[in-house]
Amino acid sequence: MTISIPTVVITIVLGLLGIGIYALLTTRHLIKVIVALQILVKGAMLALVLAGRMTGSEDLGQSLAITVIIADTIVAVIGMALAVQVRRVIGTLDMRKLTSLRR
Amino acid sequence: MVHVLIAIVTLVCAIQAVRAARLLVSAIWLAGTSALVALEMYLLGAPEIAVIELSVGAGLVTILFVFAINMTGEENFDPRRMMPRPLAASLLMVAGILLLYFILPEIDLSTPGLMPGTFREIFWQDRNLDTFLQLLMIFSGVLGVMGLLEEEKMKKPLSGKERRP
Repeated sequence: MTISIPTVVITIVLGLLGIGIYALLTTRHLIKVIVALQILVKGAMLALVLAGRMTGSEDLGQSLAITVIIADTIVAVIGMALAVQVRRVIGTLDMRKLTSLRR
Repeated sequence: MVHVLIAIVTLVCAIQAVRAARLLVSAIWLAGTSALVALEMYLLGAPEIAVIELSVGAGLVTILFVFAINMTGEENFDPRRMMPRPLAASLLMVAGILLLYFILPEIDLSTPGLMPGTFREIFWQDRNLDTFLQLLMIFSGVLGVMGLLEEEKMKKPLSGKERRP
């Protein structure tokens, strides 16, 4: 039995997306949310490169993947700055305590 | 065979990054996931993206994570979750089944590419709006890093207020 490369890559993409969404749904820690987002976006990025390769327009897929990498990094940076400031001002990173907005 | 091995290790790294109790360990597993995704991209024929992903995703983001975790410190959490695990898993299953049922049959891979041209032409000419937006995002990222380092300015007025009474 031979497994084609696109099948394996689609498996990685679906796995990463699933793990990311599951972690987003269950985690309570603000920094862990950023980790989950990173995993989610890595899946999307791999999907873009694979889609470019499979439709023959590899360069378009790669160009979009670069944009996604930069956007993802900026999201992580701003999320971590937010987490540090939230921790400093409110004193916790627990999403449940944050939603109740008590100090 | 190499692809299957990379797939297994990538998914294991991602699961460990989500499951790890300590944040620092979680960040290191995330770096591993990133490096393996970069390797897979290289094998798919996108070496430029692989290099950028390796240096930014596995390098810069990990350093930022370690920095942020050091600044916030490890916090002890009670083990209750945001949402019960079975509920989250079943929601995920439903989403996956809907995706497979509705979208997968519609995918038509026989259509040719939308934009011909080399990587350089597409990146700098056809999609120059994207490039401009990336510059804007990098600028906002710089502002974000300044927010991350905003420690001194915030402490000074607070200590001033504490001294007054």
